Amino acid sequence: MSKENFLKASLGKKLVMGITGLFLITFLVVHVSLNACIFVNDGGVLFNEGAHFMSHNFFIRVMEIVLFAGIFTHMIQALILTLHNKKARPVAYAVNNGAANSKWYSRSMGVLGSLLLIFFVVHWANFWIPTKVAVFNGEEHNTFENMKAVFSKEYFVAIYMVGVISLCYHLLHGFPSAFQTLGLNNKKYTPMLKTAGAIFSIVVCTLFAAMPITMYLGIIK
Amino acid sequence: MASSPKLDAKIPQGEIDQKWTKYRSTVHLVNPANKRSLEVIIVGSGLAGASAAASLAEMGYKVKVFCFQDSPRRAHSIAAQGGINAAKNYQNDGDSVYRLFYDTIKGGDYRAREANVHRLSEVSGAIIDQCVAQGVPFAREYGGVLSNRSFGGTQVQRTFYAAGQTGQQLLLGAYSALQRQVGMGAVQLYARHEMLDVVNIDGKCRGIIARDLISGKLERHFGHAVLIASGGYGNVFYLSTNAMGSNVTAAWKAHKKGAFFGNPCYTQIHPTCIPVSGDHQSKLTLMSESLRNDGRIWVPKKAGDTRKPTDIPEEERDYYLERRYPAFGNLVPRDVASRAAKERCDAGFGVGASKLAVYLDFAANMMRYGQIEANKQNLHNPSKEQIRELGRAVVKEKYGNLFDMYKQITGEDPYEVPMRIYPAVHYTMGGLWVDYNLQTTVPGLYALGEANFSDHGANRLGASALMQGLADGYFVIPYTIGDYLSEEIRTKAIPTDHEAFVKAEAEVQERINKLMTIKGTKSVDYFHKQLGKIMWEKCGMARNAEGLKQAISEIQKLREEFWKNVRVTGEANEFNPELEKAGRVADFLELGELMCMDALNRNESCGGHFREEYQTKDGEALRDDDNFAYVAAWENKGNNAWELHKEELKFENIKLAQRNYA
Amino acid sequence: MSGNMNLTLKVWKQKNKDAKGALETYQVKGISPDMSFLEMFDVLNEQLITEGKDPIAFDHDCREGICGMCSMYINGRPHGPVKGVTTCQLHMRSFKDGDTIVVEPWRSAAFPVVKDLAVNRSAFDRVIAAGGFVSVNTGNAKDANNILINKDDADDAFNAAACIGCGACVATCKNGSAMLFVSAKVSQLALLPQGQIEKEARVLNMVNQMDEEGFGACSVTGACEIECPKGISLENIARMNREFIGANATKK
Repeated sequence: MSKENFLKASLGKKLVMGITGLFLITFLVVHVSLNACIFVNDGGVLFNEGAHFMSHNFFIRVMEIVLFAGIFTHMIQALILTLHNKKARPVAYAVNNGAANSKWYSRSMGVLGSLLLIFFVVHWANFWIPTKVAVFNGEEHNTFENMKAVFSKEYFVAIYMVGVISLCYHLLHGFPSAFQTLGLNNKKYTPMLKTAGAIFSIVVCTLFAAMPITMYLGIIK
Repeated sequence: MASSPKLDAKIPQGEIDQKWTKYRSTVHLVNPANKRSLEVIIVGSGLAGASAAASLAEMGYKVKVFCFQDSPRRAHSIAAQGGINAAKNYQNDGDSVYRLFYDTIKGGDYRAREANVHRLSEVSGAIIDQCVAQGVPFAREYGGVLSNRSFGGTQVQRTFYAAGQTGQQLLLGAYSALQRQVGMGAVQLYARHEMLDVVNIDGKCRGIIARDLISGKLERHFGHAVLIASGGYGNVFYLSTNAMGSNVTAAWKAHKKGAFFGNPCYTQIHPTCIPVSGDHQSKLTLMSESLRNDGRIWVPKKAGDTRKPTDIPEEERDYYLERRYPAFGNLVPRDVASRAAKERCDAGFGVGASKLAVYLDFAANMMRYGQIEANKQNLHNPSKEQIRELGRAVVKEKYGNLFDMYKQITGEDPYEVPMRIYPAVHYTMGGLWVDYNLQTTVPGLYALGEANFSDHGANRLGASALMQGLADGYFVIPYTIGDYLSEEIRTKAIPTDHEAFVKAEAEVQERINKLMTIKGTKSVDYFHKQLGKIMWEKCGMARNAEGLKQAISEIQKLREEFWKNVRVTGEANEFNPELEKAGRVADFLELGELMCMDALNRNESCGGHFREEYQTKDGEALRDDDNFAYVAAWENKGNNAWELHKEELKFENIKLAQRNYA
Repeated sequence: MSGNMNLTLKVWKQKNKDAKGALETYQVKGISPDMSFLEMFDVLNEQLITEGKDPIAFDHDCREGICGMCSMYINGRPHGPVKGVTTCQLHMRSFKDGDTIVVEPWRSAAFPVVKDLAVNRSAFDRVIAAGGFVSVNTGNAKDANNILINKDDADDAFNAAACIGCGACVATCKNGSAMLFVSAKVSQLALLPQGQIEKEARVLNMVNQMDEEGFGACSVTGACEIECPKGISLENIARMNREFIGANATKK
């Protein structure tokens, strides 16, 4: 089997999903850590310093490209797999009791992922594009003020809540699954890994959710 | 008594322990180039069929395999639970090829052919080696070596096992070997195909007619030789531990085309099955004989005792096997254990709602194991409860799947209350008569595994069916078929438009048309149940001349009614399970009569064949070696008429004796 | 009549592979709680034959939970509501009088319907033919006790080998994936010394065949493990993933 065949195999494709997924998880750690700077509640000074670093450091800029490559690979591979999987069951069951044997979100990764994609478009339009425009024009972008402005609007807060909840469930399943796909499953460690994954998903998403809420409520000024 | 001239068993000359070695070294060979143009058809994909197919394909023959199931892995060998015997003497308990040979001949109540049985014992060890090499996960000890347990009728531990799923693991091993050959193109697989006739040309078997069960189309297949490995015919009783699809059809068609049928009346009634619970029942489920290693069989001492088993104190229980047969206790052979259960129930000591059951009780051994575990774990003064729990875990590891199955079927928890068991039809020792080469009376037509009559005499010992199936397929037929095929290297493949194929197909078609056009009022199952009832009552665990005569005339009437009044729904040219069943039941309706005739002819009791007229005053089977030390091989004369031929059984190495397990 | 349960059955009827199918409704009466689910179908079929109607075709054989032939999707679950049993070992005491039960065939592109509830699972045979074996010809073996195997490994191999090839894993998987089935065989042989020599080729060829048959990919929902009548563990899938990665990394 050649390398092309490795990626053609369903297992190879899943491996790509797992690896990109885990890579995106590491990005989330960076992202949430930086954003958590707003909770210092210093009027965004610390946060903006971080944001400045992120938008001007060469290594980070390179990683940004890798990140987007990761996101798109994850998405496209997911699309290819979903189409492949749909073809595997051309006739649907009249009655199917999925709840009896699996979590709803494990069966809804595509839907959750699609919601996340919609959310990302909004999110990029809100923050990523303005930052890039500022960098391009050689201006200093006040990301903290940008956040305050966006999160003063109810509908944005609502969209972000949907996005964060989708992310949370996506992670709840994706985190442990990635390890399974990489072949790491063990009677002793898998239960621990699952717990760690659940804690991670909930903590990260709670932090993300706290940002629009606290800003909207004016707790963070 | 001399053997019929039509029955040449072709037993090699020489000492018993030299026959096979010498024969194997001198039997004709087929050179590799010629093997490639020789075609072998195998009907059935169980242990015998799959192992033969894999082995013959490995040797270079062109092989076609047919099975009626959707995959060869479904063959009923898969359901064998307990284990497989082999004279390995790994336990250092005095086992040997001779001892296995002796136990098998004795267990079969001196009605098997010595030379075949000795060969079986000789190759038994190689079977285990082969299976382990294939990756069959047998049970092991902590040191990494293979584990053994005991089975009925023996005093050594020679049974290899894989939990309660030994047959499954062995079959999957053979199936893997078979699929490997399928993948390489050496075997062509025809699943969901049923053999409906054999084709003979110039006195030799040259192929088969098979029905594609999905399209309903009839197909002609040529083979230089045809191997019938289609299993036993226990389903003639309707209720048995056989699979629903298990049938006699392939063997019966071979019989009608000239292969003699040997010892049809030898039926094994297995002592430990889950009792019948109602009219709706479609099949019976075995609880492995291995359970008798740790389960004690008893009934209340008081007839009609209705107390719960756990409320009956020790001294009011009758452990009747231990009482009657102290040397072997609960591990007497199957026929003995079954009859003893029937005797107790007939005398009014049966338990459960139907009173047709005895207890199989694990409580005592659960406590014994628990105590051993407690010692191992260094528990001082463990409570009774603790011991029970520990013992329960040991029993669970040994027999967990069987206990679960029992609970699922009966709704009772066997860890808490004793199992209720009763004998049920399980295996048929009779089958197509074969010579030492496993060839039937038709040249080129062979029978392997349960489909032949050869190795178990009048009663098969536990864990010997798997041994025989694999012996025939892996280690016997690959050699013995050379004796015939070496003479066939000049025979070109016969085109299937040969008139014999055309005629055979037309006959099969006509029979199908007939079944489809009767359009009567009663279902196939109705007739099957009626037949089963006659067979069980009159040709079952105990038989007598009068009952057998009645049975014959009842079967004749039932058969007549079947051909007038059966209703087969659907079409012939589609997937039609009712039509499949109808064809099989039609054959059972003929076989049933022959079984009764054979039972009536055999005026003695031996092994699974118990004629009430012939018993000792203690109720043990009473053989008549002077008049019946022969194989009854029946030749089909057409129109349900048969002629008896006898093959004399010569016992030159084992002295004929009354079996004694006390 | 041996019992007192009355049930409404909605059963998939489909004449053959190419025909269009639909659910049909049947009433059965006098069902005993001690009947198995298949015996309840026997009653229904007997009734249909008496009425001169076409009985329902369904696969079944050993009726003791080991041959893997029975294959009914009952109320949205393969082999019905009870864990760890096949359809033939499901008993009517698991249902209530008056219940409506929907019964469908396994649905998978790789398992075309033969008729009604019977499907063609030969895809599984071809996956095994691609590599689910140890290449040892009859007569090649050395003495069985020359191969010592750690008991835990032997037990794990046995647990994987307990697969009955029924296809419930494919049937229940939202993607129609055969990962549990394939990984059970890969695992059994990967755990044993006998399987080491061909391990790379085995996993690559079996995965390749699995994909060619049209099975879906694994989403790790875990449904297969829950529905497997023999309790085959998801660990086997992880092991196959590992074997697959390893085989790709080392192959020439």
